[in-house]
Amino acid sequence: MPKAPVSPMAPPASFKWSRRVFLLLLSAFVLTPLFVMISSSMKPLQDVQGAFSWIPSSFTLQPYVDIWTTVPLGDYFVNSLIVSVSATALSVVIAIFAAYAVSRYRFRGRKLFTVTVLSTQMFPGILFLLPLFLIFVNIGNSTGIALLGSRGGLILTYLTFSLPFSIWMLVGYFDSIPRDLDEAAAVDGCGPLRTLLKIVVPAAVPGIVAVSVYAFMTAWGEVLFASVMTNQTTRTLAVGLQGYATQNNVYWNQVMAASLVVSIPVVAGFLLLQRYLVAGLTAGAVK
Amino acid sequence: MRQRLRRLRHPRGALPYLLLLPALALELLIHLVPMVVGIVMSFKQLTQFFIRDWSAAPWTGLGNYRMAVDFSAPVGQSLLNSFWTTCCFTVLSVGLSWLLGTAAAIYMQDAFRGRGILRALFLVPYALPVYAAVITWSFMFQRDTGLINHVLVDQLHLMDEKPFWLIGDNSFTALVVVSVWKSWPFAFLTLMAGLQNIPRELYEASSMDGAGVWQQIRKITLPSLRPVNQVLVLVLFLWTFNDFNTPYVLFGKSAPEAADLISIHIYQSSFVTWNFGVGSAMSVLLLLFLLLVTAVYLFLTSRRRDADA
Repeated sequence: MPKAPVSPMAPPASFKWSRRVFLLLLSAFVLTPLFVMISSSMKPLQDVQGAFSWIPSSFTLQPYVDIWTTVPLGDYFVNSLIVSVSATALSVVIAIFAAYAVSRYRFRGRKLFTVTVLSTQMFPGILFLLPLFLIFVNIGNSTGIALLGSRGGLILTYLTFSLPFSIWMLVGYFDSIPRDLDEAAAVDGCGPLRTLLKIVVPAAVPGIVAVSVYAFMTAWGEVLFASVMTNQTTRTLAVGLQGYATQNNVYWNQVMAASLVVSIPVVAGFLLLQRYLVAGLTAGAVK
Repeated sequence: MRQRLRRLRHPRGALPYLLLLPALALELLIHLVPMVVGIVMSFKQLTQFFIRDWSAAPWTGLGNYRMAVDFSAPVGQSLLNSFWTTCCFTVLSVGLSWLLGTAAAIYMQDAFRGRGILRALFLVPYALPVYAAVITWSFMFQRDTGLINHVLVDQLHLMDEKPFWLIGDNSFTALVVVSVWKSWPFAFLTLMAGLQNIPRELYEASSMDGAGVWQQIRKITLPSLRPVNQVLVLVLFLWTFNDFNTPYVLFGKSAPEAADLISIHIYQSSFVTWNFGVGSAMSVLLLLFLLLVTAVYLFLTSRRRDADA
């Protein structure tokens, strides 16, 4: 990553002090929920059912064992994984072709296509939820194909947000790859499709990684479609986590342990790929 | 060679369309058809009796729209309330997220010890799955077992009685806090990327002229960030205005009146009271409003950009 510009003058004390105070407060704001999540996940049940305490009365890893049996967390995990990976893969592959066309060719309808894709990005999810729900119900009634409650149906609805987003980001990224590369390949006798696969895609790996991670993250955290389009067997983590609330109380220690377990893969992936993500964002969104 | 290059830019034939074909087919399937269906639905009297076959539902013309905007009747009144709540929520959440993101990005523009760790830490709320983060906040906002009341009442003695945070008027505050917590890192990330594009010569030249840090921020950094901010504020606005995840995980299917955001309001009117016709009319109205705001915003920002040039 390029270094940020450094002002040649050392910042004055007033700047340094205000920086320290601000960053300290901000860190506290950011860290408190993370601390609560981690510490409560290691507390015995009576600790999370009484008044809040910063430090557990006794340290236990039992919640991490119990989360798998109180609710079928493993099944939810598998469902979330299948749905998120499929939606990501599908939208990124299709977006690569579309973005290449938009970035490298001038054709009739190009403007219309980009404007449509861009504008569907801003549409509220609820706008698509109601019709898609009814369309799925109708297809189920007339053909017997049960899209409602199936993973395939959920994947399809996830494309409503991951596809336009992937196309938009990749067009920006492809635009930042010098055309000289394509032209050199064309001179060497490469056809357009080979140029895309052998030259542009490899050069755009950081952007493709960034888009994939974003698409996966949004799908992994999606709640609206998952709450309407799933049933007992296809429920994702987003909906399934609410199962730790029983009639009388909530197993908060287990909720926190489960939240942590489902977060670790995405957070780890995000932090590992951070440098790509920032590069991808710079090329895609800022330019 | 010149010939070839020109051909690369202006290809004859169908290749770009072939490349677009899968995307076009899917766009049709997931966006265009549902939108047309949604608009048709909004003109029908689509109650639970017609869920199995929505095309059999009777037409009602503009009836659903009239019902949604009849502010003297309960449905219209609650929609108006929800719309107003969403506007206040969006202005507060976007404003605060932008402020925190800008301050953090500027303070962390120069290298100092621990900068890398802090930057990674600040990105964690953004990377966390929304429901995991919001569930944690809802635990912190619990009246008897939560951290917030423990700190405010037991430790700082700021209040005598433990307030409820997830029902009643306080729920609005809770919603804004959670929303800012998870969206400010996006502003931070985007603005950090924007800061890297400012040429360092500008800072060097201005400090030769004797400008201090605060002056540089006001005269160089903030103006240079304007194009980034124009996109950032629009994106934050649209995300926040349409946000469903945060209120749904925080409050469940029916949010308290003070925190009844528009998307959860439409969800509630459609899936809880099973009136899809009115729900669709509300979504179409929401879309029209967002299109209008975006168009006005883009018009104003582009005019300002022309004036600058």
